[in-house]
Amino acid sequence: MSSQHWDVLIVGAGPAGMAAAAAASQGGHRVAVLDENPAAGGQIWRRGWNDDEHKPDAARQAQTGKFVASGATLFHGRRVVAALAQGVLETWNDAENVGERFAYDKLILATGARERFLPFPGWTLPGVFGAGGLQALVRNGYDVRGKRVAVAGTGPLLMAIAAHLQEDGAKVLSICEQAPLSQLVSFATALLKRPGKILQGLSLRSSLRGVAYRTGSWPVAAYGAGQLEKVEFTDGKRRWEVDCDLLACGFHLVPNIELPALLGCALEDGCVRVDALQRTSVEHVFCAGEPTGVAGVDAALLQGEAAGLMAIGLTAQAQKLSARVASERGFGAAMEKAFRLRTEVLQMAAKDTIVCRCEDVCYGDLKALADGQNTWTDAKLQKRCGMGPCQGRVCGPAVEALFGWKNASVRPPIFPLPISALSSEPQLRTDSNSAALQEIQ
Amino acid sequence: MECARAGLRVGVVEPRVPGGAASAAGMGHVVVMDDSPAQLALSRYGRELWQKMRAALPDSVEYEQRGTLWVAADGEEMQEVYAKQATYTSIGVSSQVLDEKALAQAEPELRKGLAGGLLVPEDAVVYPPAAARYFLDEAIALGAKLIRGVRPVEAAKGIVRLQDGSALSAGSIVIATGVDTSLVPWITVQPRKGHLVITDRYPGFVHHQLVELGYLKSAHKLTADSVAFNVQPRQTGQLLIGSSRQYGDAEHDVDNKILKQMIDRACEYMPRIRDLSAIRVWTGFRAATPNKLPLIGPTPDPTVFLAMGFEGLGITNSPAAARLLADHLLQRESAIDRDPFLPAHVFRGESAHA
Amino acid sequence: MPEKRKEVLVQVNGMPVTVPAGAMVSAALLQSNAPCRSSVTGQPRTALCGMGICFECRAVIDGVAHRRTCQIPCREGMVVETMQ
Ligand SMILES: Cc1cc2nc3c(=O)[nH]c(=O)nc-3n(C[C@H](O)[C@H](O)[C@H](O)COP(=O)(O)OP(=O)(O)OC[C@H]3O[C@@H](n4cnc5c(N)ncnc54)[C@H](O)[C@@H]3O)c2cc1C
Ligand SMILES: Cc1cc2nc3c(=O)[nH]c(=O)nc-3n(C[C@H](O)[C@H](O)[C@H](O)COP(=O)(O)OP(=O)(O)OC[C@H]3O[C@@H](n4cnc5c(N)ncnc54)[C@H](O)[C@@H]3O)c2cc1C
Ligand code: FES
Repeated sequence: MSSQHWDVLIVGAGPAGMAAAAAASQGGHRVAVLDENPAAGGQIWRRGWNDDEHKPDAARQAQTGKFVASGATLFHGRRVVAALAQGVLETWNDAENVGERFAYDKLILATGARERFLPFPGWTLPGVFGAGGLQALVRNGYDVRGKRVAVAGTGPLLMAIAAHLQEDGAKVLSICEQAPLSQLVSFATALLKRPGKILQGLSLRSSLRGVAYRTGSWPVAAYGAGQLEKVEFTDGKRRWEVDCDLLACGFHLVPNIELPALLGCALEDGCVRVDALQRTSVEHVFCAGEPTGVAGVDAALLQGEAAGLMAIGLTAQAQKLSARVASERGFGAAMEKAFRLRTEVLQMAAKDTIVCRCEDVCYGDLKALADGQNTWTDAKLQKRCGMGPCQGRVCGPAVEALFGWKNASVRPPIFPLPISALSSEPQLRTDSNSAALQEIQ
Repeated sequence: MECARAGLRVGVVEPRVPGGAASAAGMGHVVVMDDSPAQLALSRYGRELWQKMRAALPDSVEYEQRGTLWVAADGEEMQEVYAKQATYTSIGVSSQVLDEKALAQAEPELRKGLAGGLLVPEDAVVYPPAAARYFLDEAIALGAKLIRGVRPVEAAKGIVRLQDGSALSAGSIVIATGVDTSLVPWITVQPRKGHLVITDRYPGFVHHQLVELGYLKSAHKLTADSVAFNVQPRQTGQLLIGSSRQYGDAEHDVDNKILKQMIDRACEYMPRIRDLSAIRVWTGFRAATPNKLPLIGPTPDPTVFLAMGFEGLGITNSPAAARLLADHLLQRESAIDRDPFLPAHVFRGESAHA
Repeated sequence: MPEKRKEVLVQVNGMPVTVPAGAMVSAALLQSNAPCRSSVTGQPRTALCGMGICFECRAVIDGVAHRRTCQIPCREGMVVETMQ
């Protein structure tokens, strides 16, 4: 199998990974970035098929420019699936069915976050999407012009996503945020210390003129015959229905810690534990961005830069960033607090609501287990919850929120693979270098 | 369950997850195995008891009588097919010889040019963790008590001491701890590591429990690591792909070298398996005894009985072993000769005083 | 407005579907209102996460089952089928 060696290897080409690459490339270090997507940008700057129709995002342009100028090599379309002994990662390219190996001296994990989904009746209906999920699908070519969209869930993303959907021609009807206004107000007060973030917020608000933002409200159920037709919401006192074509619903984010966990990095409260200089508990392995705690793009950029500097031994320079990194972490913590889940959203599911979408395991079955002396392992073994191809990435955070069950094990491969990839003759690409492209725009 | 059914007062101590050790790692093939007369008798008895339980089993156990298809690659293995059939016939296990064409018809995804096979139609498959849980729940319904989350550290003279300092007393203690011999250190049970791969759902891709005939040759080499073609369709439409056997590796980590050999073997027999999506890979440990037979019955301590060391057949044999053990406890006659499984055969010299 | 975009023609359950160049297969499925797959208990499902982690968008692409359509770009002539 082809294997190539890099001074610094970075997993994830989101803001954290791009900033890390730019920092680590100084002084002629050989830096490679692996990302499963067709282009750099991560979740926030996911490349869209019609980007040229949107007004350019200055932060994105600036970061992308730095990344391209750094000379770091981007290997896109590569999903890291396993870690081999002695500093080697194994990747798989889904679209082309090829595997490769990448060896490193220093590793920076910048694997970002995914959405948290919580089950409610009807959430498996076609037409119900994740909030960030719908945004990503639109960037991937789904035409939502003229579609009536309800947005729900929790987190600062809901507004951003609603604004983007609106720009893409959808008609956003309302945004239902489960957090109560009182909680959000104290968060907003904290925001006053950060004019930049307020400006971001204001520009969002302008594209959302006329869209109702309802705090303290959440979905009761989604209805439709084979396709979403309407969603019922509540604020705990009254209920109302919204006729719509699509529902975009996500409950904030959960860090992608599977790869760090596989490498043996210590975790704390579901996040990768790092010191003030982004070092994990594993030597030569750094972590930056959302896996260390969801804190937004500014935190990701700063942490990425610090990790990049650390990886090439520029400790003093990285130390200079520490104070700002810590302050962004504080922002993340305030955000987590403001958008913490209310108990009602943990009780949305009915007995027959599916929790594990891969295996169609219902809430009632799991609740019965949870009332006994059982763990998530029992739920897996007895009910197949989390045994499907997503390997618990969707139901795992949900059952943790619902029942307090924690996923105990991460095993390679961390994503499903064709059998051939496990054989001694996988279709392996031998000319990796020629396939490396700095394809950003 | 057997003991509870016989009217005994039963307590089950499980430090971790019921059905969560080897039973969660195995394939769940219920198969009559002819590697020794004793094994043959026990596995035939086990299969018969599974068949009798069939109607009572909950859906979650996924009992399916798919039949084993022993695949012969060449003329030499075809000779074994006939020998095997003779052995099965001698104890009343029905089987059917398939020639090249019939094999291709029975399993179109097998590669062309295989010599034939032996179909054992009454062999079955179950989902082991659910089966273990069913046995336990049945026992609990009959009054058995589950003591969960504490590890026994000593079991002798009618007393089981738990890690938290407490103790349980019992007229009889049955040690059924799989590969873990910490309660009976005088017993030698070697962990024999196996790898398995499970695929996504492909209903109809494979119809029978497929095992290469070379399996016995490779499975029973006592020392060397080995792999064999072994593919099992599950009720879900998923395929379980095995199998490997390794000694001397007590780590749960996947061994890439042996995994590749195992997958290569599977692809050799079933080329299109290459394109299927593998959703998980894991390892488990079979409890191998020196004489290749499970240990079922009394020990020098009259209060301590064993039911362990089931190697790669513990699911098939579990109902038979439970029955034999209950027979020992209640001093009943048994349906088959239980002498070959007596722990006395493998006690080391010093054991009597331990 | 840029000049007319390149388009790609694929087949979804036997019907022609046109998507903009660069679109993923998930877009073609959503465009044609076809569910990606039928769940274990027979419910229709479509894409959820858009980022390759939920596996709800699996479908048969050019004869290969269980492919995540949100991760695979459309290619001219691709044959996509709902997975039963
Ligand atoms: C669906 C979604 C939509 C979002 N939309 C917005 C938005 O519109 N506005 C906003 O302000 N914030 C948005 N966010 C939040 C935003 O992601 C964070 O604020 C921040 O930008 C994260 O940066 P990051 O570099 O840590 O992670 P990310 O941007 O998530 O980047 C991580 C990258 O690593 C890749 N990756 C992960 N695991 C592997 C692996 N094993 N192999 C290969 N590659 C891997 C991912 O595909 C991704 O490209 C969104 C988050 C999500 C999950
Ligand atoms: C890869 C593989 C494939 C297999 N395929 C098949 C097959 O197709 N057909 C077949 O029939 N068999 C198969 N087997 C074998 C079968 O799975 C085992 O023989 C069977 O599961 C053993 O059951 P058990 O109850 O003896 O042990 P286990 O299932 O290991 O249970 C032992 C229990 O004891 C508990 N324990 C451990 N220590 C203590 C202690 N100190 N005190 C109290 N409790 C303790 C454990 O927590 C565990 O729950 C396979 C095994 C493997 C590894
Ligand atoms: S939509 Fe979730 S994996 Fe494709």
